Amino acid sequence: MRFITVIAAKEIRTYFSSPMAYVVSAAFLAITGFFFVASVSDAFAEASIRGYLAGAVFFMIFMSPALTMRLIAEEQKLGTLELLLTSPLREFEIVVGKFLAAFVMILLMIVLSLYFVIVLFVYGDPDIGPLLSGLLGLALYAGATLAVGLFASSLSSNQIVGLVVGSGILTALTIIDFVSARLTGLVSQILDGFQLGASFSVFDLDSFGVAEGGHFADFAKGVISVTDIAYYLSLTAVFLLLTVLVLEARRWR
Amino acid sequence: MIKIEHMSKSYGPYPAVIDISFEVLKGEIVGFLGPNGAGKTTTMRVVTGFTPPTSGDVTVSGYDVVSHSLDVRRHIGYLPETVPLYVDMTVTDYLRYMGEIRGMNRNWVKERLPKVIDMVRLGEYRNTLVGRLSKGYRQRTGIAQAILHEPDVLVMDEPTIGIDPIQVVETRELISDLGQEHTMLLSSHILPEVSAICKRVLVINDGRIVADDQPEALSAKLQHAERIEISVRGAEAPAFINAIRGLSVVIDARSDQRVSVVQRAAREKFAPFIVDARPNVQAAEKIARTVIDNGWGLTNLTPLPMTLEEIFLELTTEEDLGE
Repeated sequence: MRFITVIAAKEIRTYFSSPMAYVVSAAFLAITGFFFVASVSDAFAEASIRGYLAGAVFFMIFMSPALTMRLIAEEQKLGTLELLLTSPLREFEIVVGKFLAAFVMILLMIVLSLYFVIVLFVYGDPDIGPLLSGLLGLALYAGATLAVGLFASSLSSNQIVGLVVGSGILTALTIIDFVSARLTGLVSQILDGFQLGASFSVFDLDSFGVAEGGHFADFAKGVISVTDIAYYLSLTAVFLLLTVLVLEARRWR
Repeated sequence: MIKIEHMSKSYGPYPAVIDISFEVLKGEIVGFLGPNGAGKTTTMRVVTGFTPPTSGDVTVSGYDVVSHSLDVRRHIGYLPETVPLYVDMTVTDYLRYMGEIRGMNRNWVKERLPKVIDMVRLGEYRNTLVGRLSKGYRQRTGIAQAILHEPDVLVMDEPTIGIDPIQVVETRELISDLGQEHTMLLSSHILPEVSAICKRVLVINDGRIVADDQPEALSAKLQHAERIEISVRGAEAPAFINAIRGLSVVIDARSDQRVSVVQRAAREKFAPFIVDARPNVQAAEKIARTVIDNGWGLTNLTPLPMTLEEIFLELTTEEDLGE
């Protein structure tokens, strides 16, 4: 546990000492801000953060791998992975430490964006239930996307490869309904079960994507379901485990 | 401290190290010598617990590298070939982090860090970003992280590669100093370096250990010829060379090409020569008598030990012939 904290603390410091964290936060605030404004500026618009959530869920497909792409790829490039793997650390401590650092960063960004909520309370009368469930869902979703990104980062010493592979996996999980809609029966249902978050109907400004399909929809509506929580937590766990396996395999190469 | 028994390591179908066995005792500095690709780095990676051996037993400080990998890693300091540094951290931050992931607690780091920084003479750069350091100072930072947690065993892979000659000398001095209190396994393909630092040399070629001895003993064992450096006054080079070549114990005699033309002109009267003679026949004595009988002045006569380069070539070519 101590090693996990040490690694997480180091990575968080590194985030703040490079422009990455600032650039990504700015982009996150801009994109979610755009979605938020679009969703509340219609006449008789609903005082909810569904627009914001749709923006966040959409942008994290690219932002999460961008946050994690450096974490393991760079260690391989600098050769510092050899130091980590010859220190008395277990692979899972390295992986979990790095994951937590990225997760803290993304939570900080979400906190920064919470002024949208304040705006809602000032100018409207939002429903607190969907607001809280939406934020809980967003945190779970963020964790899952970061785990996928971290896994992608472990695959090579090239950060860009990490970004492309990570975003690729997340995009595939997002547009899985393109495939499942054209299939029938069990296969279609199984594929539907893997639907990550927003489908690309996110561009339909009426529903903001999160309203239908995917495991995020219920959170956005104010429903907290065990299935959705389990889906995001298992996705996180599976990809962190895969990352650990990739690091372990590195020893045997 | 390090004990390797019949260790082999293959990468897929490619054997990198084949059935090697050796032991490094407490306090020993052992040089690991071999051409690139001979298996030095692979052996070190097995010893440090980075990669497990394909077969055989390897223990460090009594701990098996496979079953007690974490214990091994706790007792070992490692400087890989490409010095692994986080370029965006300061020297102090980097070392503190390295200490922490080696399991040092805050107080221990606090107490140990200034000592180590002094030891590797990094004092004035302690708050410099690692990325801004010159190669020699990066190397010192790398050495500092390896010794920080007071490991029983130090493993250094090519510690002087790619740094300028002055810094090479300083780095070697530093390593020699560290050798006073550490058990050390050090690899190099630069031969004089190993003979300067190490008391014992392991020569590895094509994944096999081909020699294991003291540098001096190695040269004695393999010397097929006694090489003698000789300077004489008042002799014309051709006359001298002819006279010496006439002796039955002498294999060859020639002007010493190791000195420059200018130097040779200045030392015309004390022309230096190199003589290769058969071993164990008191060649030096016979050569000296010949010089004196010819009425020349003998100003210097020194037997030269074989250099490690020559030993190395000898060992590795013999190996090739054997196959």
